[in-house]
Amino acid sequence: MKVKAFFLISAFVLSGFVSGFAQESAEPIPVENDSLTVAETPAPATDVVAKDTPNDAGGSITVTWDLSPDDTTKKIVTKYVVMRAEEGSDDFKEIGSQVAGKRSVTDNEVVDGVAYIYKVLATREILQDDAIIEVLSSPSEPVGPAKSTAQWFNMSRLNIFIGIIILCGAIIYYITAARGGKSFYIRKIAGIVEVENAVGRATEMGKAIYYVPGINDMDDVQTLASLTILGKVAEIAAQNDTRIDVPVSRSMVMVTAKEIVKESYSRAGRPEAHQDDQVRYLTDDQFGYAAAIDGLFVREKPATVFLIGAFFAESLIMAETGNSIGAIQIAGTAQPSQLPFFVAACDYTLIGEEMFAASAYLSREPKLLGSLKGQDLGKAVFLFAIVIGIILESFGIPVSNLFKVQ
Amino acid sequence: MRREIPIAITFIVGTVFIIAYFIPHYPFNQFENWFNDWFAIVAAFAIWLGALNLLKISAIKIFLKKTDQLHAALIIISFLVMIFYGFYNGFSGIMANPPYSYRDPAPGINFSWLYDYVYSSLSATMFALLAFFVASASYRAFRARNFEATLLLVAGFLVMLGRVPVGDLITQWLPRDYQLSQLANWIMNILNTAGQRAIMIGIALGLVSTSLRIILGLERAYLGGD
Amino acid sequence: MRTREIIAFFALIALILLAKYVLPHPMQFSPTLSLIIIILLSLTFIIIGVLTLQGKFVERRIVFIYVGAALTLPFFMQIELEVPISPEVQSAYDQIESLNPGSKILAAFDYDPPSAPELQPMADAFMKYCFHKGIKVIIMGLWPQGPQQAGQSVEAAFEDDPALRDKIRYGVDYVNLGFQSGNEFVILRMGESFKAMFPADIYGTPYDSIPILRNVKNYSNIDYCMNFSAGKPGTQEWVQGAVDRFGLKLSAGNTAVQAPMIYPYLQAGQLDGLMGGMAGAAEFEKLTGYKDKATTFIKSQSFAHIVVIVFIIIGNMAFLRGKTERKVK
Repeated sequence: MKVKAFFLISAFVLSGFVSGFAQESAEPIPVENDSLTVAETPAPATDVVAKDTPNDAGGSITVTWDLSPDDTTKKIVTKYVVMRAEEGSDDFKEIGSQVAGKRSVTDNEVVDGVAYIYKVLATREILQDDAIIEVLSSPSEPVGPAKSTAQWFNMSRLNIFIGIIILCGAIIYYITAARGGKSFYIRKIAGIVEVENAVGRATEMGKAIYYVPGINDMDDVQTLASLTILGKVAEIAAQNDTRIDVPVSRSMVMVTAKEIVKESYSRAGRPEAHQDDQVRYLTDDQFGYAAAIDGLFVREKPATVFLIGAFFAESLIMAETGNSIGAIQIAGTAQPSQLPFFVAACDYTLIGEEMFAASAYLSREPKLLGSLKGQDLGKAVFLFAIVIGIILESFGIPVSNLFKVQ
Repeated sequence: MRREIPIAITFIVGTVFIIAYFIPHYPFNQFENWFNDWFAIVAAFAIWLGALNLLKISAIKIFLKKTDQLHAALIIISFLVMIFYGFYNGFSGIMANPPYSYRDPAPGINFSWLYDYVYSSLSATMFALLAFFVASASYRAFRARNFEATLLLVAGFLVMLGRVPVGDLITQWLPRDYQLSQLANWIMNILNTAGQRAIMIGIALGLVSTSLRIILGLERAYLGGD
Repeated sequence: MRTREIIAFFALIALILLAKYVLPHPMQFSPTLSLIIIILLSLTFIIIGVLTLQGKFVERRIVFIYVGAALTLPFFMQIELEVPISPEVQSAYDQIESLNPGSKILAAFDYDPPSAPELQPMADAFMKYCFHKGIKVIIMGLWPQGPQQAGQSVEAAFEDDPALRDKIRYGVDYVNLGFQSGNEFVILRMGESFKAMFPADIYGTPYDSIPILRNVKNYSNIDYCMNFSAGKPGTQEWVQGAVDRFGLKLSAGNTAVQAPMIYPYLQAGQLDGLMGGMAGAAEFEKLTGYKDKATTFIKSQSFAHIVVIVFIIIGNMAFLRGKTERKVK
């Protein structure tokens, strides 16, 4: 009896040493199947909180906790298992788990208005030969009840809401002022000023104009801006009796561009000069489109090329080919990564917002110019905010969280 | 009414989407999903518009014996071959036991062969042209015309040399922080980032302004004119 | 097509066939021969420089020939170049290195074959590292060809170490969920439920039947995310959707053209690390210890950069000389 007690006590002491020299990682610790050693159960997680996930459409409760002390010191926690039961019931079911070191789980399978109770099990999985032979866990105190609800306003986006109010308010104010007769100055945009000269060059040389509206679809504002400019360019081309070809990459862009070019010819008083095949679809594929455009440039040798819209890697291929045939090229895109290629290869480049301003510039319509003024005011506000933010952050006053987008 | 109805639809949908961004409650949180689904469906059907237009124009070029009728014939042949093998391998795969996908890279599947050895090779070739075009564009465009152009030229040199091991080979006698790779990193992380941010802010503001003009019906060119 | 262009085309094809079937394989120039070639090419640059100063400007096709030579000759040269490690690549590597065996990493393959020369080497190195370290990989793609490129990375890992074929089990150690259309929408929905966007894997196996995906409901159940991106949708969308909204930890590999746009996110701390272009791929290969294509290709890129710089200098020499002459007149 005394010998048996001696061995049992020795086993407990030894197991204490074993757990004290446990491995650094949170991997399940392989333990020999020795009935005399007892693996230690990890301490439970603390400060468990279950509350409605904020700023969502309901059906979600977020459970957070502080790590089990054994997670940070002894590193014997494998994972945290989150259990849920309805209020008044003891039937806890597992709804998710999180690896050791992490401290939250979002339960997305709850019903709004129903109260739930949660508890978190700090779990240790003991492996032998890659198989789990024992699972030790200790539950936290149940917390709750927590109910999920849907919110009507996403408070995390309040900063964006305020920004939009300021920006849109400025734009609408200046549009209203323009409607009241106020005129606004707009600086010269070289690329747009040269549109008439570029079309005139094609007329003199007796060659066609090619207008490439980018490779994105109608859901991209760049494509819409490009088609707006197309309308003006097509009208000038129609007035000069110069053919304009518009090879497109998307079917819906083709349909819209056909209408725009047809209307432009009608406005110019030359509806009979319009041909249906001026706007044609090539392919959706990026490099297939680039290859087709290059082939058209090299065979048709247009005098003027417009590359305005959303472009990606194919931009330089098109621009360089246009340059090699001696065409005058006016480009414009809001893709910052493609701007350097257009600047290097084209004669004139509309950089980002200049492309969006082109329609206002070409039409000189006061309401459109007013919107540009409002946009500029918005830019001034952001510039001021950046300067103030830099100064405050430099003095250790954290303001960057105010501008965080969620 | 031909113009008024689309403008009204644009206004209503645009306003609803702006509001929906701030309201997580159902059904506002689903608008974007529904719109994406509808757009994908419409775009998928619209592809036929483009494809038929392409075939029509190519066929006309062949029949009228225009100068690039050879290219037009190639378009039609390629189009029909890919469609044929897509359907053929697709149906064969469904009927096979076990079933396989026409995209499986298994030997003997023609569609996969055409994809790997024709389409992928041609796409990679077109992309590879960029290397040559970058060289010719740089040779032509990087001139020290004025102070700004010289600054661009020097920055280009430093980044081009610093981004490859040769840069550090040339400057290995300098302290680590002054070697070309570190200089190139500094230019990319500090100067380039500042410039990119400025352009991105401007573009974002331009996007907001243009979108607002479209929503308010001031910009109507996409409908086919003013 | 003009006659001489047709002749040049067929001459090129003959050269390629000669190189493939007649010349010995593998063909390697000795270090002495490599040095002689470099010296000869340098001398031709001097000749071109002199001609340019005399007003005889070099045609763009000569520039193309030199770039072509700079890209292909280094494959045969026995040259070793030390690849310096940039902080952003080191940071990306450190994040993956800190993961424990058994951790789950979401690998988003958002590129297609044209971008594969830059992104495939870093994807291959990533996959080899994860498999050897015991990190479990959940593959998906927002580009249609992305999952197929991922399949090539898995195959590359198995070819590099055939023992992995037995050790790494599909469904347990890695899974390919395939492509899902929807761009940013997919990223946002995955924040709530992976299963909603990927009800089955690329082979049609239901989500719940896949062992690696047990207890993986959304981003909160994965340890890290690595994105290989060539454009849109890509790293920007992952940062704006998953990082900002769901707190996902993310590193990315991008093409060299795309990388400058991503630096702001790296600076802001939204991105942990960034591998940009071939240089980034070579650095990552060096850090992981799986030196392969990128380490070879970076030699070509180095020579190509030097060729471009030399031609820029030659062009500027002529420009400045012309400017001086105009001033004198």
